[in-house]
Amino acid sequence: MTMKSTVVQEDILGHFGPYGGRFVPEALIEALDSLTLAYEEAKVDPAFIAELDYLHKTYTGRPSIITEVPRFAEHAGGARIILKREDLNHTGSHKINNVLGQALLVKRMGKKRIIAETGAGQHGVASATAAALMGLECVVYMGEEDTKRQALNVARMKLLGAQVVPVTQGSKTLKDAINEAMRDWVTNVETTHYLLGTVAGPHPFPTMVRDFHRIIGVEARAQVLELTGKLPDAVLACVGGGSNAIGIFHPFLDDLSVRLIGLEAGGSGIASGKHAATISGGTPGVLHGTRSYVLQDENGQTVESHSISAGLDYPGVGPEHAYLSDIGRAEYQPVNDDQAMEAFSLMCKTEGIIPAIETAHALYGAMKLGRELGPDATLLINFSGRGDKDVDTAARYFGLPL
Amino acid sequence: MTPLSALFEKTRSENRAALIGYLPAGFPSKQECIDAISAMVEGGVDAIEIGFPYSDPVMDGPIIQAAAELSLSQGTGAKEVFSTLEAVASTGTPAVVMTYWNPIERYGAQNFARDIAKAGGSGVITPDLTVEEATPWREAVQKEEINSIFVVAPSTKDERLAKVTAECSGFIYAASLMGVTGTRTSDSTSARDLVGRVRQVSQTPVAVGLGVSTRDQAHEVAQYADGVIVGSAFIRLLQESQSMGEGLIRVRELAKSLAEGVRR
Repeated sequence: MTMKSTVVQEDILGHFGPYGGRFVPEALIEALDSLTLAYEEAKVDPAFIAELDYLHKTYTGRPSIITEVPRFAEHAGGARIILKREDLNHTGSHKINNVLGQALLVKRMGKKRIIAETGAGQHGVASATAAALMGLECVVYMGEEDTKRQALNVARMKLLGAQVVPVTQGSKTLKDAINEAMRDWVTNVETTHYLLGTVAGPHPFPTMVRDFHRIIGVEARAQVLELTGKLPDAVLACVGGGSNAIGIFHPFLDDLSVRLIGLEAGGSGIASGKHAATISGGTPGVLHGTRSYVLQDENGQTVESHSISAGLDYPGVGPEHAYLSDIGRAEYQPVNDDQAMEAFSLMCKTEGIIPAIETAHALYGAMKLGRELGPDATLLINFSGRGDKDVDTAARYFGLPL
Repeated sequence: MTPLSALFEKTRSENRAALIGYLPAGFPSKQECIDAISAMVEGGVDAIEIGFPYSDPVMDGPIIQAAAELSLSQGTGAKEVFSTLEAVASTGTPAVVMTYWNPIERYGAQNFARDIAKAGGSGVITPDLTVEEATPWREAVQKEEINSIFVVAPSTKDERLAKVTAECSGFIYAASLMGVTGTRTSDSTSARDLVGRVRQVSQTPVAVGLGVSTRDQAHEVAQYADGVIVGSAFIRLLQESQSMGEGLIRVRELAKSLAEGVRR
């Protein structure tokens, strides 16, 4: 299931160069050790691999297709643009890949309760879905601000039988939802698994979550080769915590001719200070159990992030991305709110596909790169999620009457 | 020997536990924090933990979260933490700083340890620093000859307990139960078990924290531990009081009552 890249080799404690590791209360170490062990066993167990594979085929809808988008590409310098359609997965985003993997692990570990954090609600919905499927109790922590921005997803989670807890501390967004989930976990660790939704947090989450999302890149690499006869010139994906990006990047790490480009949420622009572009505008530090880039002040206090996209609105980023940036294997660029919404609108009108606003950041990155490289270039985009949840935000942005 | 280590020698010779009080720097304000600490010491608190308020305190319950948030909103940073430490330590009370790791990392481990020593602090409690990540910190505290205090939990296995406690000096912080900081109605047996297991692997004094708020709880913990740590209960009194004057009186009373409790 996992094929180690020669470019990045995490160590046994989950370090990517100076990043990653574990910065957590001692109370969680035993649970993290057990999880690491359970995962190490499961990932080489043919029965586990077969069960996850079966679920992906019959429940998620894998393999997800690729779609070439020539009308959109006219606005991207005429480059060849191919979308990896994770939006077509059950629950509407890539998040289900990781959630099903971890939920199977939870069953294997004999725990009956899962907790999850969510920003946009995509991971919360996916977690609630897996909990319903496998008969687990599910509690989702969500910043109060996000429960308002993403009311539709709150209703979905409740319909699926999950309890949604609005978090009123701090900035009332994803960062604070993670804090509250970690407090729950410290208290209930014996019975509860924290189903973390991105490639951040303490080891083993960054590597385990990546491994569950690698299927995106593995499929896409083969699909693009089959369609075009060659590797793409660049692979692009939006980066909040970075799970969809690492999933599509990882199988391309050794293909050194392929540029890997992560698009971060530039909010109102890096210079404005109101953004969520952690690698572009942050500094190395520790947040939520891992060392990576962090938006922080001179005292090491986390600074609030800002983005029109709830799913990218996070002041941290996965440690593997921090390392890929430092060694120059991947590039990270900010895309601001207005640019993302321009790409959002274009995708709707030229191709009849409504993207998640998260995904629209990657689309804008491709428009920009396509104009630079011209018609000979082939760009692969991880189309990480669909935009149903964002209809309200988008309608308001474009001034449409609701 | 740090003032903190000297304190544990003294309390051991007096056949009692040490009473350790916690307050975040800058809460309710910079000066009022120092006043409240004075009231704690007057009431009988033996040593002080000064919290470095942090934006993402995952080990803390609602009481300390609210206190930290108030303190941060008034601009508390490293400068205020060190000056509070200096104000307390200069009166002869053993004092340490309790902080999540990122503020230390941002300040620089060497610089942080140096300024703790410079302020007369005995050491630092690091609740989210794992021993695996502690190499730069270990070097810094050894150079400055200050105490390094890690937290152990009821879920910590024996083998790991030996590893973590070997890194501790001054005292070992034993979390009484699985959970976050806050006041609780009754003590759990997990604390006694944990302290017993620590004794098997370490000679360093053990102090119990998390959820201790009353004289009776302090008395019970003092039967088997070398120190009793109380934080949220003091903070709650200050949060609930109508005036700082009232808060100081109630803090002093609680300290006095707890100080009776730690005497076996």
